Amino acid sequence: MTSYTYDYLDGNAAAGELSKIFVLDVTAAEGQCAHCGAIKHFAEAHVYMKGPGIVARCAVCEQVLLRLVDIRQRMLLDVRGMTYLSLETSQLEESS
Amino acid sequence: MWRVGTVVALHDETPTARSITLEVRDWPSHVAGQHVDVRLTASDGYTAVRSYSIASAPNSERRVELTVERLPDGEVSPYLTQTVAVGDRLELRGPIGGWFVWRPEQTDPIQLIAGGSGLVPLMAMIRSRALARSTAQFRLLYSVREPEAVFYRDELQALSDQDHSVSLTYAYTRATPKDWPRPPGRIDAALIANTSWPARLSPTCYVCGPTSFVESAAGLLIASGNTPDKIRTERFGPTGEKQ
Repeated sequence: MTSYTYDYLDGNAAAGELSKIFVLDVTAAEGQCAHCGAIKHFAEAHVYMKGPGIVARCAVCEQVLLRLVDIRQRMLLDVRGMTYLSLETSQLEESS
Repeated sequence: MWRVGTVVALHDETPTARSITLEVRDWPSHVAGQHVDVRLTASDGYTAVRSYSIASAPNSERRVELTVERLPDGEVSPYLTQTVAVGDRLELRGPIGGWFVWRPEQTDPIQLIAGGSGLVPLMAMIRSRALARSTAQFRLLYSVREPEAVFYRDELQALSDQDHSVSLTYAYTRATPKDWPRPPGRIDAALIANTSWPARLSPTCYVCGPTSFVESAAGLLIASGNTPDKIRTERFGPTGEKQ
C-alpha cells in the first residue's frame, strides 16, 4: 500500500458532541485561529477523536483550536486556540 | 437531545452495506448532507456512539434512511448491518451539520465526488434535487472498489436517465466491469479534467470519503483551478470511533 495514513477527521465529526454545549450549528461557524490568524469554517478543522477527548486543530497551521473532554458528569471545553467563533442564528427560527 | 427512531425497513445495498429506514416521531426534518449520531447502549450501560450520514432526502414522513458499511473490526456497524431488525428502536442525535449541505435554493453547478460509502450524503443531495424538481446541474464522480460495491446503482441510473442534468462517472479502484475503458485506479488529474465541471463555471464541490481520499480529491480540484472556498469536504473513517 502506498497510501498515507491520516489520523484525523474534520469538524463535522465533532459536531454531535459539541451540540451538547452549543445550540447553534458549529460546522458552518467561522472561527479565527489564534496562532496563524486563518479564518475557516469549523467543519474544515482537523479533528482528532482517538484519544479520551476531542482535539480540533487548524487546517492551515495545525495548532490546537479546541479541546473537549467529557468525563465523570463534567465537560471541559478549552477554546483558547480561537480568537472568535461566529455562528449563524437564522437556524434558530427554522427549528423552533 | 437523543431521539428514538423505529426501524421500519431494511435493504441490503451490497454484501457489506445495509440501508436502514427509521421513523422518528419528533424528527424536525433535515437538509441533504447532514448526519446523525447513533447511540447503542449495552445491558451493562456501556454506550457506543457513531456518526452516519443521512441518505434520504428531507421528507414529510419523518423518515430517516441511513446506509451503513460494515467495518471488519467495528463495534457498532456489525450490529447495524447484521443484527438490527424491523421494529427495533435506535437512539439518534441530530440532524447535525449546516456546512456540508445542499439546499434546493442553490442553482449553481454542483460537483459531487464520493469515495466508497462517502456517496451516502451526496445521494441525499441527488435525491433532494429530484424531489424538489431542482434544475441545478449535478455531476457525480464516484470512486468505488469494484462493481459489486456500488451503492444505489439502479436508482442512480434511473435518475440520470430521466434527467440529463445529473451525470454519473464511476471510477473503479480495484476491479472494473468487463471492457471498461479505464483500468482500475484512483481518481487522478486526467479524470477530474475529463469528467468534472471546468473551474471557470465556478461549481460548488462536495467531497466525501475517507480522509486520504478527501485530501487527494480536494487537492486535485484545487490543482485544476477550483478555489478552496467552493470546496466542501466531509471526512470519515474508523478514527471516528470513540473508545
